[in-house]
Amino acid sequence: MKQHVNRIWFLIGVLLAIYGVLILAAGIYNWFAPAAHPVQLAGLHSGVWWGGLLLALGLFYIGRYRRV
Amino acid sequence: MGSLPGTFAAIPLAASLIALGPVDLAIIVIYFLFVIGIGVYLKRFANTGHDFFMAGREMTAWIAGLSFISANLGALELLGWAGSAYQYGLLAVHWYWIGAIPAMLFLGVVMMPFYYVCKTHSVPGYLELRYGPHTRSLAAICFAAMTILMSGVNMFAMAIVMQVVLGWNLHLSIWVSSLTVALYVGFGGLLSAIFNEVLQFMLIWLGALLVPILGLYQAGGWSGMVRRIEHNVAHGATYVHAWSTLGHFSTNPMGINWIGIVFGLGAILSMGYWTTDFLVVQRVMAAKDLRSAKMAPVIGAAFKMFVPFIVILPGLLGLALLPMKLYPQTYVQAHASADLFSYNDVLPLMLVRYCGPGLLGLGVTALIAGFMSGMAGNISAFATVWTYDIYRPLIRAQASDSHYVAMGRWCTVLGVLISIATAYVAMHFQSIMDYVQALFSFFIAPLFGTVVLGMLWKRATRAGGFWGLLAGTTSSIAMYLWVKFDPAALKYIALSPQAKPMAEDMFRALWCFLIGVAVTVLVSLATRPAAAVQLQGLVWGHTEIPSERGYPLLHRPIFWAALIFAGLVVLNIIFW
Repeated sequence: MKQHVNRIWFLIGVLLAIYGVLILAAGIYNWFAPAAHPVQLAGLHSGVWWGGLLLALGLFYIGRYRRV
Repeated sequence: MGSLPGTFAAIPLAASLIALGPVDLAIIVIYFLFVIGIGVYLKRFANTGHDFFMAGREMTAWIAGLSFISANLGALELLGWAGSAYQYGLLAVHWYWIGAIPAMLFLGVVMMPFYYVCKTHSVPGYLELRYGPHTRSLAAICFAAMTILMSGVNMFAMAIVMQVVLGWNLHLSIWVSSLTVALYVGFGGLLSAIFNEVLQFMLIWLGALLVPILGLYQAGGWSGMVRRIEHNVAHGATYVHAWSTLGHFSTNPMGINWIGIVFGLGAILSMGYWTTDFLVVQRVMAAKDLRSAKMAPVIGAAFKMFVPFIVILPGLLGLALLPMKLYPQTYVQAHASADLFSYNDVLPLMLVRYCGPGLLGLGVTALIAGFMSGMAGNISAFATVWTYDIYRPLIRAQASDSHYVAMGRWCTVLGVLISIATAYVAMHFQSIMDYVQALFSFFIAPLFGTVVLGMLWKRATRAGGFWGLLAGTTSSIAMYLWVKFDPAALKYIALSPQAKPMAEDMFRALWCFLIGVAVTVLVSLATRPAAAVQLQGLVWGHTEIPSERGYPLLHRPIFWAALIFAGLVVLNIIFW
């Protein structure tokens, strides 16, 4: 199998890490500056932990497949 | 499956449901740049026909399996079935469980060895080897035409959704989305389509998963959701069971009975779609070896079993939690000034309910990714079938490999342009969406009969295959027209005058499959059988399928298929 096939996992990692940073940053900003019309369950701060999850997942894929 | 439970054509032009912020827009723009970048990066690996049309046959089981399921997991599928779950309740789950899992496992365990061992490039390519060029041409022309029409009609439907949900310009949505698909498929061929489908699969899950998690949390778990549905909806108890209401057409919201679900959907329509529709089968054919090719649909089945969590459950949660009532689209259209929402709005409404800045962009990107994976699937399959099954045998047989690759790239662009044209035709003749959906279904069930007999019955002859496929297809069209012009005929086709359109589709599929099989058998018995040497690698009994006994149990597709099937049985019992 050619090595470029497994490159997809690295690329997924990069995109998830970028999205994780953006969503985490937006979540932290909204934590300290809540929106005028917050969404349901805004108190759970889902943007923070979901953004963190995406970032962790992205970094895992980058680390695991960066040398493929 | 690819069919949509109701047309989007009637969505009214209301104010947008979702207002995106700068972070959301950044997430969407990054996505578009990323998928085009993947196409540009992969162009260097797609120089031969083998690379461009078959992705070099180098995919691992995981990549082929995720691509296999992602090509089917279009945005209209997400929105449409979430809306169906709101409309019909848990009955919609059958389109993911009995209407998909057995067929995917059957493809992996039984049919894939024949597709893979004969080294064909497509499903029509298999038909040529088994039944000859006439059957190949019939299948290829029908598939190419239907695929490209479906692509355009779905494109229009998606643009309408984008307009209603996001307030985006209809023309901009059509052109930007489809040209992005043309670029990345045109550059990298099937390899690029598969790469992007795996990426899109991740985005769809990560973008849509929050809604059911937060919804269940707010509803107080499954039991809390059920209590709310029973409180909110008349006969609410019938909305939370998968089988117990299927004794008769009139005892469930879908107007169907268990025979239609088990035999029409489970045994015929889904088998036809998942095992012979080249749009999905092409992904599995790109696997690097036979074991991966068998494993890929099994992996796809495992994930498919849990797709209801992000599609069906949000629809049910909408019934339980949304403060407003949703209506059929025809009703919403008739009361346009009342600011009502339709069933198909349930997923966007749930997204808006829980997703703040950033998460909303991710959710919308999941919808866009779903649309593009579905369209790329159509376009890459069209390019292969057009180039290898129509252009090469019927128009220019002796050309260089680079000529066919160039043809593949050009017809990728051409396919997208025809799809766009179809989208604009659909815009003016909205009922065309129903007809094209119906036309697509005409072909799938008879094709399954032809292919499965070809693989499992060595006595089936070339003439039998051709006339069986033709008879099955024409009988399906005839039954459709009969009910269209004489609605009373429904009691003959669907066995009950109380049957609804969904039930009619299921029973029509069942009858046209049986007609196609009967004609194939009769004509085959009346014609001279093929010599054994011509059937090598194509038919059960004349094909040496490599044994899996050398592999550990955990590496055998049959073990995982049995495990997933057992899981399917358990799930159906739990949600009986």
